[in-house]
Amino acid sequence: MRLVFAALGAFVLLAVAGWLAPKWLTFLVTMAAGNGLVSLGIVALMRGGVVPFGQGMVFAVGGYTAALLFNKAGFTDALGLVLCGGVMATLVAAPFAPLLARYRGIFFAMLTLALSMVVYGALMKLDVLGGSDGFNVGRASLLGWRLPDALTGYVLYLLTVGVAITMALLARVLFDSTRGLVTLAARDNELRVEYLGGSVRRAMAINFLIAAFCGGTGGALVVLSLGHIEPQFSYWTTSGEFVFVAILAGWQSVAAVFVASTVLEVVRSFSSSYFPNTWQLALGLFLLFVIRFLPRGIGSLWVGKGRT
Amino acid sequence: MSAAPLLEAQSVGKRFGAVVAAAELNVRLAAGERVSLIGSNGAGKTTFVNMITGYLKPDAGHIRFEGRDITSLSPRRIVQLGVARSFQIPQLFGELSVLDNMLVANACHDQHLSLWQGARRGEAIARAEQLLQRFSLADHRARRVVELPGGVRKLLDIAMALTVRPKLLLLDEPTSGVSAEEKFPMMDTIMAALGSERDTTVLFVEHDMDIVARYAQRVIAFYSGRIIADDVPERALAADDVRRYVTGELLQE
Repeated sequence: MRLVFAALGAFVLLAVAGWLAPKWLTFLVTMAAGNGLVSLGIVALMRGGVVPFGQGMVFAVGGYTAALLFNKAGFTDALGLVLCGGVMATLVAAPFAPLLARYRGIFFAMLTLALSMVVYGALMKLDVLGGSDGFNVGRASLLGWRLPDALTGYVLYLLTVGVAITMALLARVLFDSTRGLVTLAARDNELRVEYLGGSVRRAMAINFLIAAFCGGTGGALVVLSLGHIEPQFSYWTTSGEFVFVAILAGWQSVAAVFVASTVLEVVRSFSSSYFPNTWQLALGLFLLFVIRFLPRGIGSLWVGKGRT
Repeated sequence: MSAAPLLEAQSVGKRFGAVVAAAELNVRLAAGERVSLIGSNGAGKTTFVNMITGYLKPDAGHIRFEGRDITSLSPRRIVQLGVARSFQIPQLFGELSVLDNMLVANACHDQHLSLWQGARRGEAIARAEQLLQRFSLADHRARRVVELPGGVRKLLDIAMALTVRPKLLLLDEPTSGVSAEEKFPMMDTIMAALGSERDTTVLFVEHDMDIVARYAQRVIAFYSGRIIADDVPERALAADDVRRYVTGELLQE
Protein backbone atom coordinates (compact mmCIF):
# COMPACT_ATOMS: atom_id res chain seq x y z
CA MET A 1 0.00 0.00 0.00
CA ARG A 2 2.91 2.30 0.84
CA LEU A 3 4.22 1.73 -2.70
CA VAL A 4 0.88 2.65 -4.27
CA PHE A 5 0.75 5.92 -2.34
CA ALA A 6 4.35 6.67 -3.30
CA ALA A 7 3.49 6.01 -6.94
CA LEU A 8 0.40 8.22 -6.80
CA GLY A 9 2.42 10.95 -5.09
CA ALA A 10 5.11 10.74 -7.77
CA PHE A 11 2.48 10.94 -10.52
CA VAL A 12 0.80 14.02 -9.03
CA LEU A 13 4.16 15.70 -8.51
CA LEU A 14 5.26 15.00 -12.08
CA ALA A 15 1.87 16.08 -13.45
CA VAL A 16 2.17 19.46 -11.73
CA ALA A 17 5.83 19.81 -12.69
CA GLY A 18 4.98 18.93 -16.31
CA TRP A 19 2.27 21.59 -16.43
CA LEU A 20 4.70 24.24 -15.22
CA ALA A 21 7.74 23.08 -17.17
CA PRO A 22 8.65 24.31 -20.67
CA LYS A 23 7.63 22.07 -23.60
CA TRP A 24 11.16 20.97 -24.41
CA LEU A 25 11.53 19.65 -20.88
CA THR A 26 8.24 17.71 -20.84
CA PHE A 27 9.22 16.21 -24.19
CA LEU A 28 12.64 15.26 -22.81
CA VAL A 29 11.06 13.56 -19.78
CA THR A 30 8.50 11.82 -22.03
CA MET A 31 11.34 10.35 -24.09
CA ALA A 32 13.24 9.42 -20.93
CA ALA A 33 10.23 7.63 -19.43
CA GLY A 34 9.42 5.80 -22.68
CA ASN A 35 13.02 4.70 -23.19
CA GLY A 36 13.32 3.96 -19.48
CA LEU A 37 10.62 1.31 -19.81
CA VAL A 38 12.85 -0.63 -22.20
CA SER A 39 15.73 -0.37 -19.74
CA LEU A 40 13.40 -1.48 -16.94
CA GLY A 41 12.94 -4.71 -18.89
CA ILE A 42 16.71 -5.04 -19.20
CA VAL A 43 17.05 -4.60 -15.43
CA ALA A 44 14.51 -7.42 -14.93
CA LEU A 45 16.85 -9.63 -16.99
CA MET A 46 20.01 -8.28 -15.33
CA ARG A 47 18.70 -9.40 -11.97
CA GLY A 48 18.91 -12.94 -13.34
CA GLY A 49 22.49 -12.38 -14.52
CA VAL A 50 21.92 -11.83 -18.26
CA VAL A 51 22.13 -8.65 -20.32
CA PRO A 52 20.34 -8.46 -23.69
CA PHE A 53 22.00 -6.41 -26.41
CA GLY A 54 18.97 -6.49 -28.67
CA GLN A 55 16.06 -4.88 -26.85
CA GLY A 56 15.81 -2.60 -29.85
CA MET A 57 13.86 -5.45 -31.42
CA VAL A 58 10.93 -5.30 -28.98
CA PHE A 59 11.18 -1.50 -28.90
CA ALA A 60 10.74 -1.47 -32.68
CA VAL A 61 8.00 -4.11 -32.68
CA GLY A 62 6.02 -2.13 -30.10
CA GLY A 63 6.56 1.09 -32.03
CA TYR A 64 5.67 -0.34 -35.46
CA THR A 65 2.60 -2.07 -34.01
CA ALA A 66 1.27 1.18 -32.60
CA ALA A 67 2.15 3.09 -35.77
CA LEU A 68 0.61 0.53 -38.12
CA LEU A 69 -2.57 0.17 -36.07
CA PHE A 70 -2.87 3.95 -36.17
CA ASN A 71 -2.19 4.40 -39.89
CA LYS A 72 -3.64 1.23 -41.40
CA ALA A 73 -6.40 0.20 -38.99
CA GLY A 74 -7.51 3.65 -37.89
CA PHE A 75 -7.16 2.72 -34.23
CA THR A 76 -6.07 5.95 -32.58
CA ASP A 77 -6.50 5.47 -28.83
CA ALA A 78 -3.12 6.08 -27.23
CA LEU A 79 -3.62 3.79 -24.24
CA GLY A 80 -4.89 0.97 -26.47
CA LEU A 81 -1.98 1.45 -28.86
CA VAL A 82 0.50 1.26 -26.00
CA LEU A 83 -1.06 -1.97 -24.71
CA CYS A 84 -1.12 -3.43 -28.23
CA GLY A 85 2.56 -2.52 -28.64
CA GLY A 86 3.45 -4.35 -25.43
CA VAL A 87 1.36 -7.41 -26.27
CA MET A 88 2.72 -7.68 -29.82
CA ALA A 89 6.32 -7.36 -28.62
CA THR A 90 5.65 -10.15 -26.10
CA LEU A 91 4.11 -12.35 -28.81
CA VAL A 92 7.06 -11.78 -31.15
CA ALA A 93 9.53 -12.55 -28.32
CA ALA A 94 7.63 -15.64 -27.09
CA PRO A 95 8.96 -18.20 -29.63
CA PHE A 96 12.54 -17.20 -28.79
CA ALA A 97 12.16 -17.20 -25.02
CA PRO A 98 12.70 -20.97 -24.49
CA LEU A 99 15.78 -20.89 -26.73
CA LEU A 100 17.34 -17.81 -25.15
CA ALA A 101 16.64 -19.13 -21.65
CA ARG A 102 19.32 -21.75 -22.32
CA TYR A 103 22.10 -19.22 -22.83
CA ARG A 104 24.08 -16.96 -20.54
CA GLY A 105 26.72 -14.26 -20.78
CA ILE A 106 27.99 -13.17 -24.15
CA PHE A 107 25.98 -15.86 -25.98
CA PHE A 108 22.71 -14.49 -24.66
CA ALA A 109 23.78 -10.96 -25.45
CA MET A 110 24.85 -11.83 -29.01
CA LEU A 111 21.74 -13.90 -29.77
CA THR A 112 19.45 -11.05 -28.73
CA LEU A 113 21.60 -8.67 -30.77
CA ALA A 114 21.31 -10.98 -33.78
CA LEU A 115 17.52 -11.07 -33.48
CA SER A 116 17.28 -7.30 -33.33
CA MET A 117 19.53 -6.92 -36.37
CA VAL A 118 17.42 -9.41 -38.33
CA VAL A 119 14.38 -7.26 -37.54
CA TYR A 120 16.37 -4.15 -38.49
CA GLY A 121 17.36 -5.70 -41.82
CA ALA A 122 13.78 -6.73 -42.57
CA LEU A 123 12.42 -3.28 -41.71
CA MET A 124 15.00 -1.62 -43.96
CA LYS A 125 13.91 -3.74 -46.92
CA LEU A 126 10.16 -3.66 -46.42
CA ASP A 127 8.85 -0.75 -48.49
CA VAL A 128 5.37 -1.38 -47.20
CA LEU A 129 6.68 -0.30 -43.78
CA GLY A 130 8.41 2.75 -45.17
CA GLY A 131 11.80 1.15 -45.73
CA SER A 132 14.82 2.97 -44.34
CA ASP A 133 12.87 6.25 -43.99
CA GLY A 134 10.09 4.80 -41.87
CA PHE A 135 6.82 6.74 -41.79
CA ASN A 136 4.93 9.34 -39.80
CA VAL A 137 2.19 8.77 -37.27
CA GLY A 138 -0.68 11.20 -36.64
CA ARG A 139 -2.02 12.60 -33.42
CA ALA A 140 -3.53 10.02 -31.09
CA SER A 141 -6.76 10.29 -29.15
CA LEU A 142 -7.21 9.21 -25.55
CA LEU A 143 -10.28 7.32 -24.35
CA GLY A 144 -12.40 8.89 -27.08
CA TRP A 145 -11.01 12.41 -26.60
CA ARG A 146 -9.40 14.06 -29.64
CA LEU A 147 -6.37 15.82 -28.25
CA PRO A 148 -6.18 19.56 -29.05
CA ASP A 149 -2.91 20.94 -30.45
CA ALA A 150 -1.98 22.84 -27.33
CA LEU A 151 -2.43 19.87 -25.01
CA THR A 152 -1.14 16.95 -27.07
CA GLY A 153 2.40 17.08 -25.74
CA TYR A 154 1.28 17.39 -22.12
CA VAL A 155 -1.33 14.61 -22.34
CA LEU A 156 1.17 12.25 -23.95
CA TYR A 157 3.62 13.24 -21.22
CA LEU A 158 1.02 12.35 -18.58
CA LEU A 159 0.24 9.07 -20.32
CA THR A 160 3.92 8.14 -20.61
CA VAL A 161 4.69 9.08 -17.02
CA GLY A 162 1.55 7.25 -15.82
CA VAL A 163 2.42 4.08 -17.71
CA ALA A 164 6.05 4.29 -16.56
CA ILE A 165 5.06 4.70 -12.89
CA THR A 166 2.55 1.84 -13.14
CA MET A 167 5.14 -0.44 -14.73
CA ALA A 168 7.75 0.60 -12.16
CA LEU A 169 5.30 -0.26 -9.39
CA LEU A 170 4.57 -3.65 -10.95
CA ALA A 171 8.30 -4.23 -11.42
CA ARG A 172 8.90 -3.56 -7.72
CA VAL A 173 6.16 -6.06 -6.82
CA LEU A 174 7.76 -8.57 -9.20
CA PHE A 175 11.27 -8.02 -7.83
CA ASP A 176 10.01 -8.59 -4.28
CA SER A 177 7.97 -11.67 -5.22
CA THR A 178 9.00 -15.29 -4.82
CA ARG A 179 9.87 -15.42 -8.52
CA GLY A 180 11.85 -12.21 -8.20
CA LEU A 181 13.91 -13.57 -5.33
CA VAL A 182 14.56 -16.83 -7.15
CA THR A 183 15.71 -14.83 -10.19
CA LEU A 184 18.18 -13.00 -7.99
CA ALA A 185 19.35 -16.32 -6.55
CA ALA A 186 19.85 -17.75 -10.04
CA ARG A 187 22.21 -14.87 -10.78
CA ASP A 188 24.34 -16.10 -7.87
CA ASN A 189 24.10 -19.88 -8.20
CA GLU A 190 21.97 -21.61 -10.84
CA LEU A 191 23.01 -25.09 -9.76
CA ARG A 192 21.65 -24.57 -6.28
CA VAL A 193 18.34 -23.19 -7.54
CA GLU A 194 17.88 -26.37 -9.58
CA TYR A 195 18.85 -28.49 -6.55
CA LEU A 196 16.14 -26.76 -4.55
CA GLY A 197 13.54 -27.66 -7.17
CA GLY A 198 13.39 -24.30 -8.98
CA SER A 199 13.55 -23.95 -12.74
CA VAL A 200 16.14 -21.40 -13.83
CA ARG A 201 15.21 -21.67 -17.50
CA ARG A 202 11.56 -20.97 -16.79
CA ALA A 203 12.55 -17.96 -14.70
CA MET A 204 14.76 -16.65 -17.51
CA ALA A 205 12.09 -17.22 -20.17
CA ILE A 206 9.44 -15.40 -18.13
CA ASN A 207 11.82 -12.52 -17.46
CA PHE A 208 12.53 -12.29 -21.19
CA LEU A 209 8.80 -11.99 -21.90
CA ILE A 210 8.36 -9.38 -19.19
CA ALA A 211 11.27 -7.43 -20.67
CA ALA A 212 9.63 -7.72 -24.10
CA PHE A 213 6.36 -6.29 -22.80
CA CYS A 214 8.22 -3.40 -21.18
CA GLY A 215 10.15 -2.77 -24.41
CA GLY A 216 7.00 -2.89 -26.53
CA THR A 217 5.11 -0.39 -24.41
CA GLY A 218 8.18 1.86 -24.38
CA GLY A 219 8.38 1.71 -28.19
CA ALA A 220 4.71 2.57 -28.61
CA LEU A 221 4.91 5.51 -26.20
CA VAL A 222 7.99 6.93 -27.89
CA VAL A 223 6.42 6.63 -31.35
CA LEU A 224 3.26 8.44 -30.25
CA SER A 225 5.28 11.35 -28.91
CA LEU A 226 7.81 11.47 -31.74
CA GLY A 227 5.16 11.08 -34.43
CA HIS A 228 7.58 9.06 -36.52
CA ILE A 229 9.07 5.58 -36.68
CA GLU A 230 12.02 4.15 -38.58
CA PRO A 231 14.16 0.98 -38.57
CA GLN A 232 16.73 2.76 -36.38
CA PHE A 233 14.53 1.71 -33.46
CA SER A 234 15.90 -1.82 -33.86
CA TYR A 235 19.50 -0.84 -34.63
CA TRP A 236 22.24 -2.04 -32.29
CA THR A 237 23.24 1.43 -31.14
CA THR A 238 19.67 1.99 -29.92
CA SER A 239 19.87 -1.31 -27.98
CA GLY A 240 23.24 -0.18 -26.64
CA GLU A 241 21.71 3.00 -25.22
CA PHE A 242 19.12 0.96 -23.32
CA VAL A 243 21.88 -1.19 -21.85
CA PHE A 244 23.81 1.98 -21.02
CA VAL A 245 20.85 3.24 -18.98
CA ALA A 246 20.38 -0.11 -17.24
CA ILE A 247 24.05 -0.20 -16.20
CA LEU A 248 23.89 3.41 -15.13
CA ALA A 249 20.86 2.62 -12.96
CA GLY A 250 22.04 -0.67 -11.44
CA TRP A 251 19.64 -3.51 -10.69
CA GLN A 252 18.50 -2.62 -7.19
CA SER A 253 16.11 0.26 -7.74
CA VAL A 254 13.34 0.71 -10.31
CA ALA A 255 13.25 4.47 -9.76
CA ALA A 256 16.96 4.59 -10.64
CA VAL A 257 16.14 3.33 -14.15
CA PHE A 258 14.07 6.41 -14.90
CA VAL A 259 16.57 8.71 -13.22
CA ALA A 260 19.33 7.19 -15.37
CA SER A 261 17.21 7.46 -18.50
CA THR A 262 16.57 11.14 -17.76
CA VAL A 263 20.28 11.68 -17.12
CA LEU A 264 21.07 10.14 -20.50
CA GLU A 265 18.54 12.36 -22.25
CA VAL A 266 19.92 15.46 -20.51
CA VAL A 267 23.53 14.56 -21.31
CA ARG A 268 22.54 13.75 -24.89
CA SER A 269 20.58 16.99 -25.34
CA PHE A 270 23.17 19.31 -23.89
CA SER A 271 26.26 17.67 -25.29
CA SER A 272 24.74 17.41 -28.78
CA SER A 273 23.91 21.12 -28.57
CA TYR A 274 27.33 22.23 -27.42
CA PHE A 275 29.61 19.71 -29.12
CA PRO A 276 27.45 17.84 -31.65
CA ASN A 277 30.24 15.76 -33.21
CA THR A 278 31.62 14.35 -30.00
CA TRP A 279 28.61 13.96 -27.75
CA GLN A 280 29.19 10.18 -27.53
CA LEU A 281 32.56 11.01 -25.99
CA ALA A 282 30.80 12.91 -23.19
CA LEU A 283 28.44 9.97 -22.75
CA GLY A 284 31.32 7.50 -22.54
CA LEU A 285 33.20 9.61 -20.02
CA PHE A 286 30.06 9.93 -17.93
CA LEU A 287 29.56 6.14 -17.92
CA LEU A 288 33.21 5.61 -16.95
CA PHE A 289 32.73 8.03 -14.07
CA VAL A 290 29.64 6.18 -12.84
CA ILE A 291 31.27 2.73 -13.14
CA ARG A 292 34.32 3.98 -11.22
CA PHE A 293 32.48 5.70 -8.38
CA LEU A 294 29.09 3.92 -8.35
CA PRO A 295 29.79 0.37 -9.48
CA ARG A 296 26.32 -0.75 -8.36
CA GLY A 297 24.68 2.06 -10.30
CA ILE A 298 22.86 5.24 -9.41
CA GLY A 299 20.36 3.22 -7.39
CA SER A 300 23.08 2.38 -4.85
CA LEU A 301 22.96 6.03 -3.76
CA TRP A 302 19.71 5.34 -1.90
CA VAL A 303 19.51 1.53 -1.71
CA GLY A 304 21.62 -0.13 1.01
CA LYS A 305 24.34 -2.66 0.15
CA GLY A 306 22.46 -5.66 1.55
CA ARG A 307 19.15 -4.68 0.00
CA THR A 308 17.82 -6.40 -3.09
CA MET B 1 15.03 -54.15 4.78
CA SER B 2 12.31 -56.58 3.73
CA ALA B 3 9.84 -53.74 3.06
CA ALA B 4 10.02 -51.87 -0.24
CA PRO B 5 13.16 -49.72 -0.11
CA LEU B 6 13.00 -45.94 -0.33
CA LEU B 7 15.95 -45.91 -2.70
CA GLU B 8 17.28 -48.77 -4.73
CA ALA B 9 20.34 -48.67 -6.96
CA GLN B 10 20.56 -51.72 -9.20
CA SER B 11 23.80 -52.67 -10.98
CA VAL B 12 24.74 -49.00 -11.33
CA GLY B 13 27.93 -48.37 -13.29
CA LYS B 14 29.88 -45.26 -14.22
CA ARG B 15 33.27 -44.78 -15.86
CA PHE B 16 35.33 -41.68 -16.55
CA GLY B 17 37.67 -42.88 -19.29
CA ALA B 18 39.76 -45.63 -17.74
CA VAL B 19 38.65 -44.78 -14.20
CA VAL B 20 35.84 -46.90 -12.81
CA ALA B 21 33.82 -44.68 -10.49
CA ALA B 22 30.98 -47.15 -9.98
CA ALA B 23 30.97 -50.85 -10.84
CA GLU B 24 27.78 -52.86 -10.51
CA LEU B 25 26.67 -50.99 -7.40
CA ASN B 26 23.65 -52.40 -5.59
CA VAL B 27 22.36 -50.30 -2.71
CA ARG B 28 19.00 -50.31 -0.91
CA LEU B 29 18.06 -47.65 1.61
CA ALA B 30 15.06 -47.96 3.90
CA ALA B 31 12.93 -45.09 5.22
CA GLY B 32 14.38 -43.41 8.30
CA GLU B 33 17.86 -44.98 8.06
CA ARG B 34 21.00 -43.03 8.94
CA VAL B 35 23.66 -44.36 6.59
CA SER B 36 27.25 -43.29 6.17
CA LEU B 37 29.14 -43.64 2.92
CA ILE B 38 32.88 -44.01 3.48
CA GLY B 39 35.89 -44.57 1.26
CA SER B 40 39.21 -43.04 0.32
CA ASN B 41 39.44 -40.16 -2.16
CA GLY B 42 38.36 -41.30 -5.62
CA ALA B 43 36.46 -44.31 -4.30
CA GLY B 44 33.25 -43.11 -6.00
CA LYS B 45 31.24 -41.75 -3.07
CA THR B 46 30.43 -38.33 -4.54
CA THR B 47 29.87 -39.91 -7.96
CA PHE B 48 27.26 -42.14 -6.36
CA VAL B 49 25.57 -39.15 -4.71
CA ASN B 50 25.73 -37.24 -8.00
CA MET B 51 24.06 -40.14 -9.82
CA ILE B 52 21.25 -40.37 -7.27
CA THR B 53 20.58 -36.65 -7.57
CA GLY B 54 20.67 -36.58 -11.36
CA TYR B 55 23.84 -34.53 -11.77
CA LEU B 56 25.50 -37.50 -13.46
CA LYS B 57 23.77 -40.21 -15.48
CA PRO B 58 24.93 -43.80 -14.90
CA ASP B 59 26.41 -45.72 -17.86
CA ALA B 60 24.57 -48.82 -16.69
CA GLY B 61 21.91 -49.86 -14.21
CA HIS B 62 18.90 -48.16 -12.70
CA ILE B 63 18.13 -46.02 -9.68
CA ARG B 64 14.63 -46.21 -8.23
CA PHE B 65 13.12 -43.92 -5.65
CA GLU B 66 9.91 -45.12 -4.03
CA GLY B 67 9.69 -47.66 -6.84
CA ARG B 68 9.94 -45.01 -9.58
CA ASP B 69 12.87 -45.05 -12.01
CA ILE B 70 14.71 -41.73 -11.56
CA THR B 71 17.83 -42.68 -13.54
CA SER B 72 17.23 -40.24 -16.38
CA LEU B 73 15.40 -37.49 -14.50
CA SER B 74 16.80 -33.98 -14.08
CA PRO B 75 18.07 -32.83 -10.67
CA ARG B 76 15.04 -30.57 -10.38
CA ARG B 77 12.55 -33.38 -10.93
CA ILE B 78 14.41 -35.59 -8.48
CA VAL B 79 14.28 -32.87 -5.83
CA GLN B 80 10.56 -32.48 -6.44
CA LEU B 81 10.13 -36.20 -5.78
CA GLY B 82 11.77 -35.82 -2.37
CA VAL B 83 15.53 -36.18 -2.70
CA ALA B 84 17.62 -33.25 -1.46
CA ARG B 85 21.34 -32.80 -0.97
CA SER B 86 24.00 -30.62 0.51
CA PHE B 87 27.39 -30.12 -1.07
CA GLN B 88 31.00 -30.69 -0.09
CA ILE B 89 31.60 -27.04 -0.98
CA PRO B 90 28.43 -25.29 0.20
CA GLN B 91 26.33 -24.06 -2.71
CA LEU B 92 24.74 -20.87 -1.46
CA PHE B 93 23.65 -17.48 -2.75
CA GLY B 94 26.59 -15.42 -1.63
CA GLU B 95 25.17 -11.95 -2.21
CA LEU B 96 21.96 -12.69 -0.31
CA SER B 97 21.41 -12.75 3.43
CA VAL B 98 21.07 -15.99 5.38
CA LEU B 99 17.32 -15.42 5.71
CA ASP B 100 16.96 -14.71 1.99
CA ASN B 101 18.82 -17.94 1.22
CA MET B 102 16.22 -19.79 3.26
CA LEU B 103 13.40 -17.87 1.57
CA VAL B 104 14.75 -18.85 -1.85
CA ALA B 105 14.70 -22.48 -0.73
CA ASN B 106 11.14 -21.99 0.51
CA ALA B 107 10.05 -20.37 -2.74
CA CYS B 108 11.63 -23.10 -4.88
CA HIS B 109 9.93 -25.74 -2.77
CA ASP B 110 6.52 -24.14 -3.45
CA GLN B 111 7.24 -24.80 -7.15
CA HIS B 112 4.46 -22.48 -8.40
CA LEU B 113 6.47 -19.32 -8.16
CA SER B 114 4.35 -16.23 -8.05
CA LEU B 115 4.92 -12.97 -9.88
CA TRP B 116 3.20 -10.96 -7.17
CA GLN B 117 3.20 -12.94 -3.91
CA GLY B 118 5.88 -11.44 -1.70
CA ALA B 119 8.87 -13.65 -0.98
CA ARG B 120 9.33 -11.98 2.40
CA ARG B 121 5.78 -12.49 3.67
CA GLY B 122 5.17 -13.45 7.28
CA GLU B 123 4.50 -17.18 6.99
CA ALA B 124 7.55 -17.77 4.76
CA ILE B 125 9.77 -15.87 7.18
CA ALA B 126 8.33 -17.75 10.16
CA ARG B 127 9.03 -21.09 8.49
CA ALA B 128 12.55 -20.04 7.52
CA GLU B 129 13.33 -18.75 10.99
CA GLN B 130 12.06 -21.95 12.58
CA LEU B 131 14.62 -23.92 10.58
CA LEU B 132 17.34 -21.37 11.31
CA GLN B 133 16.63 -21.84 15.01
CA ARG B 134 16.95 -25.61 14.69
CA PHE B 135 20.35 -25.18 13.06
CA SER B 136 21.47 -22.51 15.55
CA LEU B 137 21.68 -19.99 12.71
CA ALA B 138 19.16 -17.44 13.94
CA ASP B 139 21.86 -15.01 15.03
CA HIS B 140 23.23 -14.92 11.50
CA ARG B 141 19.89 -14.30 9.77
CA ALA B 142 20.71 -10.78 8.52
CA ARG B 143 24.31 -11.45 7.51
CA ARG B 144 25.28 -11.87 3.89
CA VAL B 145 26.56 -15.34 3.08
CA VAL B 146 29.91 -14.07 1.79
CA GLU B 147 30.62 -12.83 5.33
CA LEU B 148 29.99 -16.20 7.03
CA PRO B 149 32.63 -18.63 8.33
CA GLY B 150 32.89 -22.09 6.73
CA GLY B 151 31.06 -24.07 9.42
CA VAL B 152 28.06 -21.75 9.36
CA ARG B 153 27.91 -22.05 5.58
CA LYS B 154 27.85 -25.84 5.89
CA LEU B 155 24.93 -25.67 8.32
CA LEU B 156 23.05 -23.24 6.11
CA ASP B 157 23.61 -25.50 3.10
CA ILE B 158 22.01 -28.39 5.00
CA ALA B 159 19.20 -26.24 6.42
CA MET B 160 18.31 -25.18 2.88
CA ALA B 161 18.25 -28.77 1.72
CA LEU B 162 15.89 -29.59 4.58
CA THR B 163 13.54 -26.77 3.57
CA VAL B 164 12.27 -28.86 0.67
CA ARG B 165 11.13 -31.50 3.22
CA PRO B 166 12.99 -34.38 1.64
CA LYS B 167 12.33 -38.06 2.16
CA LEU B 168 15.98 -38.73 1.36
CA LEU B 169 18.69 -36.28 2.38
CA LEU B 170 22.20 -36.70 1.00
CA LEU B 171 24.98 -34.88 2.86
CA ASP B 172 28.28 -34.71 1.02
CA GLU B 173 31.01 -34.46 3.66
CA PRO B 174 29.07 -32.26 6.11
CA THR B 175 32.09 -31.75 8.37
CA SER B 176 34.86 -31.32 5.79
CA GLY B 177 36.84 -28.13 6.18
CA VAL B 178 35.69 -27.80 9.78
CA SER B 179 38.20 -27.94 12.63
CA ALA B 180 38.46 -31.17 14.69
CA GLU B 181 36.95 -29.51 17.81
CA GLU B 182 33.97 -28.22 15.82
CA LYS B 183 33.09 -31.48 14.08
CA PHE B 184 31.15 -33.16 16.88
CA PRO B 185 29.22 -30.06 17.94
CA MET B 186 28.37 -29.51 14.32
CA MET B 187 27.14 -33.07 13.78
CA ASP B 188 25.20 -32.80 17.05
CA THR B 189 23.49 -29.69 15.67
CA ILE B 190 22.73 -31.41 12.37
CA MET B 191 21.39 -34.57 14.00
CA ALA B 192 19.36 -32.59 16.53
CA ALA B 193 17.89 -30.53 13.69
CA LEU B 194 17.07 -33.75 11.85
CA GLY B 195 15.58 -35.20 15.02
CA SER B 196 12.05 -34.12 14.18
CA GLU B 197 12.37 -35.55 10.65
CA ARG B 198 12.42 -39.16 11.79
CA ASP B 199 11.12 -40.50 8.49
CA THR B 200 13.84 -38.75 6.53
CA THR B 201 16.51 -41.13 5.37
CA VAL B 202 19.97 -39.60 5.67
CA LEU B 203 22.95 -40.74 3.63
CA PHE B 204 26.11 -38.86 4.57
CA VAL B 205 29.54 -39.07 3.01
CA GLU B 206 32.20 -38.88 5.71
CA HIS B 207 35.94 -39.32 6.19
CA ASP B 208 36.08 -39.08 9.98
CA MET B 209 35.51 -42.60 11.37
CA ASP B 210 34.66 -41.28 14.85
CA ILE B 211 31.81 -39.32 13.33
CA VAL B 212 30.73 -42.38 11.37
CA ALA B 213 30.82 -44.63 14.43
CA ARG B 214 28.79 -42.22 16.50
CA TYR B 215 26.11 -41.04 14.07
CA ALA B 216 25.56 -43.81 11.50
CA GLN B 217 23.27 -46.82 11.92
CA ARG B 218 24.77 -48.46 8.87
CA VAL B 219 27.99 -48.01 6.92
CA ILE B 220 28.58 -48.58 3.23
CA ALA B 221 32.28 -48.60 2.31
CA PHE B 222 33.48 -47.92 -1.24
CA TYR B 223 36.76 -48.76 -2.87
CA SER B 224 37.48 -48.15 -6.58
CA GLY B 225 33.79 -47.87 -7.36
CA ARG B 226 32.92 -51.13 -5.57
CA ILE B 227 31.19 -51.81 -2.26
CA ILE B 228 33.60 -53.55 0.08
CA ALA B 229 31.43 -53.46 3.21
CA ASP B 230 27.78 -52.82 4.03
CA ASP B 231 26.94 -53.41 7.69
CA VAL B 232 26.40 -51.81 11.08
CA PRO B 233 29.30 -49.50 12.01
CA GLU B 234 30.99 -51.90 14.48
CA ARG B 235 31.26 -54.69 11.93
CA ALA B 236 31.81 -52.54 8.84
CA LEU B 237 34.65 -50.53 10.37
CA ALA B 238 36.27 -53.74 11.64
CA ALA B 239 36.19 -55.45 8.24
CA ASP B 240 39.63 -56.21 6.83
CA ASP B 241 38.99 -54.51 3.47
CA VAL B 242 37.80 -51.35 5.21
CA ARG B 243 40.83 -51.35 7.50
CA ARG B 244 43.11 -51.91 4.53
CA TYR B 245 41.58 -49.60 1.89
CA VAL B 246 39.67 -46.97 3.85
CA THR B 247 41.15 -46.37 7.28
CA GLY B 248 44.63 -47.66 6.34
CA GLU B 249 45.02 -49.44 9.69
CA LEU B 250 46.26 -52.72 8.19
CA LEU B 251 48.88 -50.94 6.15
CA GLN B 252 50.32 -49.47 9.33
CA GLU B 253 50.54 -52.79 11.12
